[in-house]
Amino acid sequence: MLRFIVRRLLQAVIALFVLSVLLFAWLRSLPGGVVSALLGERGTPENAARLRAQLGLDDPLPVQYWRFLQRALQGDFGVSNGVYRGEPALDVFVQRFPATLELSLFALALALVLAIPLGYVAARRRGGMLDTGSVIFSLVGVAVPVFFLAYVLKYLFAVRWGLLPPSGRQSVGIDATHITNLYVLDGILTREWDAAWDALKHLILPAIALSSIPFAIIFRITRAAVIDVMDEDYVRTARAKGLTSSVIRVRHIMRNALIPVVTIVGLQVGALLGGAVLTEKVFAFQGIGQALAIGFERRDYPVLQVLIMFAALIYIVVNLAVDVAYALIDPRVRTK
Amino acid sequence: MTDRPGTSTYPSGEGEPLLSVRDLTVTFGRGAKAFRAVDAVSFDVRPGQTVGLVGESGCGKSVTSLAIMRLLPSRGNAVTGSVHFDGEDLLTLSDTQMRDRRGRDVAMIFQDPLSSLNPVVPLGVQVAEVLERHRGMNRGDAGRRAAELLDKVGIPDPTRRLKEYPHQLSGGMRQRALIAMALACEPRLLIADEPTTALDVTIQAQILALLKELVQESGTSLIMITHDLGVVAGLCDEVNVLYGGRIVERARRHDLFARPRHPYTGGLLASIPRLTEGKGRRLTPVPGSVADNIPWEGGCAFAPRCSSEIEVCRERTPELVPDHEGLGPDRLLRCHNPLESNPLDDAPSDEEVRA
Repeated sequence: MLRFIVRRLLQAVIALFVLSVLLFAWLRSLPGGVVSALLGERGTPENAARLRAQLGLDDPLPVQYWRFLQRALQGDFGVSNGVYRGEPALDVFVQRFPATLELSLFALALALVLAIPLGYVAARRRGGMLDTGSVIFSLVGVAVPVFFLAYVLKYLFAVRWGLLPPSGRQSVGIDATHITNLYVLDGILTREWDAAWDALKHLILPAIALSSIPFAIIFRITRAAVIDVMDEDYVRTARAKGLTSSVIRVRHIMRNALIPVVTIVGLQVGALLGGAVLTEKVFAFQGIGQALAIGFERRDYPVLQVLIMFAALIYIVVNLAVDVAYALIDPRVRTK
Repeated sequence: MTDRPGTSTYPSGEGEPLLSVRDLTVTFGRGAKAFRAVDAVSFDVRPGQTVGLVGESGCGKSVTSLAIMRLLPSRGNAVTGSVHFDGEDLLTLSDTQMRDRRGRDVAMIFQDPLSSLNPVVPLGVQVAEVLERHRGMNRGDAGRRAAELLDKVGIPDPTRRLKEYPHQLSGGMRQRALIAMALACEPRLLIADEPTTALDVTIQAQILALLKELVQESGTSLIMITHDLGVVAGLCDEVNVLYGGRIVERARRHDLFARPRHPYTGGLLASIPRLTEGKGRRLTPVPGSVADNIPWEGGCAFAPRCSSEIEVCRERTPELVPDHEGLGPDRLLRCHNPLESNPLDDAPSDEEVRA
């Protein structure tokens, strides 16, 4: 198992290196560029030339990349030249990542808690009202664009009915102590219940918007997997043993049906990070998604590089964790 | 119960039957598409007796066993008739009552030992869960008993095997494990649905010997479902030959092999490979397949494949009636034109049948 993890981590290093090369080239091939973004319409050719030289943009790309790589390996990812001017790019990530983590975890938990039981029940009552209803509902969940759903939720629940806050992570007036920068967790740790509750209320709408696609996909996979597993001979064996329905459900149906679900959950982390860009923008939720969106507008190369590289790293690590979890629940994988 | 239709022709035997199946009918689908997979099947199993249900795929033998266990899917079929086990009609029990009996009083083993075992649950848990359920044992006791059971069915190093998963065992070991699970609560009736079909020939013999030994030792009644008359020869006291969902012939094992009466039984016997046969002689299969089945209404369902077909076979459905006593007791036959002599020139010797 350890060898497997080490091998996967080495693969991850190679993947990250290739990604960094591609990313470096891609970002710099975007139209516009950092100079015009920085100087705007007032930029004179002289100013532009001076700025280019200052930022080292006149050197050939491989030279620029080599410089970036040397610094990056020492933990220096450059300094933001966008909205967070002067801030180290890594700090932009570190400060904002907890917000995205909190939102993503909450959205994923929401999706799992709803999708798995619903998928099971729908499969058991295949063709029934609940099944048909959930299938249509999940289809809508996949089909509706995340930002559209986000705007609709925001308009209805925040603007029109005023039930939940429309934007941000915590109300301005709240005096909260932050330890982990996961605001709900901070509130619980410090027993500042009002702060925790306030942060939770800010999470609900973005989390619902963000969970719509993972919910729909996990629901469908669970339903299909349960339908498959229910027809398996070993479920018949379990029934022939006279086992109670709860033992059959948990030990014989779900333990097998969850294997494909675990894979999908790993892949959904990508969807969550992608969805976070849109959701955070709509709800002015200060996470890496929002920073990424702003970074693109300003061609903030250092910040973009850091954000995308670390998002990729998270994706790789989560999928490695999924593979490990896979081996834990499926003994057939373990012994190979 | 004795004045029900179909029971008057049933032969009486010694001892009260443990299981008494009467007019068991299973219909799949409804309306014009309705299809009777099992059609008024009646038979008894007495304590300690081994009864065979024999026929090709699709003859209704597996459906019969699943209907007795009430393991058919809850939708899309209708089961009628009665299945009296120890005086109770299993078909009228509530789901909970039936669940209490499955695995405890009536157990079942299936054809494919790999797919019949849960791939992600250790073997020990799969054996112990039956004991926890029906014997109220705790984890530890059930685990220790599970090791004893694995030992009893001939699995070496049982304590280590308990922690292993089905894919780590050979096919024969898996079937042994399934037998251990089925016999864990010492059921009074065991139903074995083609238990050796998915196994290598050498392993088949071992598993059959094991089943025979365990059943004789514990006095468990056994319903043996198979398409292989070779299995019947080694194990069964009484044999029911099924065709198209109905019993076409019933006889004691020895009588059946000595004097098959139904042309279908004759065909099944002729298709068994024999060591005594000359080299290069071809096996004689039963022509056609069950897909050619015609319903039993207005004629014999086997007539299109039958070598002894006469005119009446296409006109009148044969009834299951007692066959003449000279060929053995308790014989039943559903045929207008039964075989008058054994179709095999070299009929199996007594030793072969009694083996």
